[in-house]
Amino acid sequence: MTLLASPRPPVYGPQEPEPEPGPRRRRRTGWWHLVLVPVAVVFAVPFVQMFLTSLTPESEINRFPPRFFPSELTFDGYAKLFRDSDVLLWTGNTVLVSAVAVVSHLVLCSLAGYGFARLKFPGRHVGFLLIVATIMIPTQLLMVPTYVMFARVGLIDTLAAAMVPWLASVFGIFLMRQFFLSLPAELEEAAVLDGCSRFGTFWRIILPLARPALATLAIFTLLSSWNDLVWPLIAINNPDAFTLQLGITNFQGARRTDWSLLMASNVVATLPLIAFFVVAQKQFIATMTFTGVKG
Amino acid sequence: MSPGRRVREGLTGWGFVAPATLIVLGLSIFPAVWAFLLSLQDWNGFSVPEPVGLANYQEMVADPDLAAAVGHTLLYTALFVPASVLLGLGLAVALNRRIVLVGVYRTLIFLPFVVSAAATGILTTYLFNPQFGLVNNVLRVLGLPQQGWLEDPQQAMVVIALMSLWGQAAFTTVIYLAALQDIPAELTEAARVDGANRWQSFWHVTFPQLAPVTVFVGIWQTIQAIQLFDLVYTTTRGGPLGSTETVVYYLWTSAFKDLEFGYASAVAYGLFAVTLAITIGVTIYSRRSTVGGLA
Repeated sequence: MTLLASPRPPVYGPQEPEPEPGPRRRRRTGWWHLVLVPVAVVFAVPFVQMFLTSLTPESEINRFPPRFFPSELTFDGYAKLFRDSDVLLWTGNTVLVSAVAVVSHLVLCSLAGYGFARLKFPGRHVGFLLIVATIMIPTQLLMVPTYVMFARVGLIDTLAAAMVPWLASVFGIFLMRQFFLSLPAELEEAAVLDGCSRFGTFWRIILPLARPALATLAIFTLLSSWNDLVWPLIAINNPDAFTLQLGITNFQGARRTDWSLLMASNVVATLPLIAFFVVAQKQFIATMTFTGVKG
Repeated sequence: MSPGRRVREGLTGWGFVAPATLIVLGLSIFPAVWAFLLSLQDWNGFSVPEPVGLANYQEMVADPDLAAAVGHTLLYTALFVPASVLLGLGLAVALNRRIVLVGVYRTLIFLPFVVSAAATGILTTYLFNPQFGLVNNVLRVLGLPQQGWLEDPQQAMVVIALMSLWGQAAFTTVIYLAALQDIPAELTEAARVDGANRWQSFWHVTFPQLAPVTVFVGIWQTIQAIQLFDLVYTTTRGGPLGSTETVVYYLWTSAFKDLEFGYASAVAYGLFAVTLAITIGVTIYSRRSTVGGLA
């Protein structure tokens, strides 16, 4: 949840990270593959192991010497996972938390970003300054008082506890404000002259232009809320409100050596984001360039 | 402007920004102040809070367990930060060229970024399992001695740092890639014309241009490193023999296992002070030195 904008100017939407091709470069680049192939293999091996192990028969896992490729593939691990755990419930909970987080971020942060960028009202400078100042506060400092606060209003052990911290963020407000500042003011002046209300202008004229920034914000929110572990770990002890990350972490403690089962749970928790990354890679890269997300 | 109109504009402005502002400030500044008050108390969440002045801070300075946790955190920071900066720089240079398959390499190297700490934890325990894990198996095939990895107090933190690198290399790489593309090609070409070889033109022309970015990723990764918690939780839970107990892990234990809310808040403030000092110190230093400023 701690965020710091990168010193680079904001990058909105798809950006081609490849350089312009240099005609002279093309000839002598073969040896880069000698570096990149082993690196890519090392980065890919954990994924390959994850998928293969989730499909390996139990009898072949804890054996010596171990083998990389199983002699046959089976879905036993998945069958056991769905039978012995509430993985469907956890997935449903996480989908709900992430959906609320993304929608709320898109609505509230674009409203606030637009307000701070374009509207004149007393206290706007102080308000924005306070928001930016909170970037320096580490989340660890907030854990105890937030827990006590949530306990007092009865949020602890409910799914709402996992949602509330993701309703809006400094990063979101900052990102949207930067984007709206970059739009020419004439756009909305014309709309206001035509008698359009402030909100009408924002909703019908400005927001449709903000799609690249909204995509960045949605990816950031999805990734952070889907993968969050620390806060659910603190706030949720009730198995009915477990998120996917919390569920598989507890499962790992309970079923230490049941590897096909554990890896199947890993695949379920990771595959949606992997698929999404492969499809929307350029937007992901733009999001990463804009900020450090993890942590 | 009429007073009525001014009031209406003020209300409109706050109408836009108030929801997100209230959420962000209510979940940061308010609990941060509360945490400070808590740090001056002895409280377990149920009893009547007892004011103890600065006793928690005095205890913190003399706490041998906390000192050990600081040591482990520094070890991790020393392993992770330079490695992640160098790896990101190296990968960015390698990926910053138009060669066949570069898209595949990039996808494979960036993919771990979307994997959660929970999933990475399960993968780590499997890959580095001393009996049938892949890593020891590779060592065995190569005729090298078997290692204890996560079960060896000397090696557990190294394993955690390696897996953090796997998960976060994408971040530093993406930042460096974006920065590399901002460097005008004429600069390196001029150096080459002047007789510099590739290596010289990289270290004497390209690398100094990247200095502000290096400062940024250095600070960013350091802050991430000193806040390490979730990968420890999902792999070793602080073991073996407490060798991977980091400051935040210790903070989490004192708050939510030992229910020492006051003491945990004091530790959190200590961490906050260190984070702030590092950020300010490095920023001032880099502004003064010739490498240029952060922004």
